[in-house]
Amino acid sequence: MDASAFAAEIETHRRYLMRVAQLQLRDRDAAQDVVQDTLVAALSGADGFDGRSSLKTWLTGILKHKIVDAIRRKKRAPVPLSALDDEGTIDDFDALFRSDGRWDAPPADWGDPEAALNQRQFFDVMEFCLEKLPPQTGRVFMMREVMELETDEICKELAITANNLWVILYRARMALRVCLEQHWFAGGARRPTPA
Amino acid sequence: MSWLGLKHHCKDITRLVSQSQDAPLPWLQRLRVRVHLSMCAACARFEAQMRFLREAARRYKA
Repeated sequence: MDASAFAAEIETHRRYLMRVAQLQLRDRDAAQDVVQDTLVAALSGADGFDGRSSLKTWLTGILKHKIVDAIRRKKRAPVPLSALDDEGTIDDFDALFRSDGRWDAPPADWGDPEAALNQRQFFDVMEFCLEKLPPQTGRVFMMREVMELETDEICKELAITANNLWVILYRARMALRVCLEQHWFAGGARRPTPA
Repeated sequence: MSWLGLKHHCKDITRLVSQSQDAPLPWLQRLRVRVHLSMCAACARFEAQMRFLREAARRYKA
């Protein structure tokens, strides 16, 4: 592939990269910065792409590092704890349980969820559900599960305790589980119905 | 059996299952979770869905 074809190919992934960066950083300018850094790194290091992974995977790998760098650089501005507290408490999902702590609305049968991982529309629904999370909650979930940062690293960056982090991640996972169930797995239909 | 903490019910178990994805649980809690999951189909399903959620998040970027 010649250089201009490679550049055009990379360009087709720009919007996807912006979406991921924006979900993660929750800041349009910062997202643009990391995507630009990523595209520059990709274009200048075109030889580094060996074609063994998809171009998108390769670009996302670069983006991940740029985002982690951006988070580290922003260290002086941790998320104020109040912003996280405002987004809810550990009790937010108590309605799913009866007063004795047993399930009132138990999880539905998701059939063969692995099959969803091969469907592009599933990830559209997943993105829809991620965007529905309260902003800081979504950001923390992305740090943990998409960027795969270790918990102590997240706690350090955000200046929160491990306990705070567990509560935030619990809320994120509970909300995502319900959202995916409603919009993808509902009734065994396994059809996306993002609204 | 309350001395073993088997009175833990589903709500607590869901919290522990989530927490176990971020840090190893103390052995007694790990035991409680394992025993509970072996007896409660809804929580076992929840636990499988949490593992799926992690897998999906990791594939989301790929």
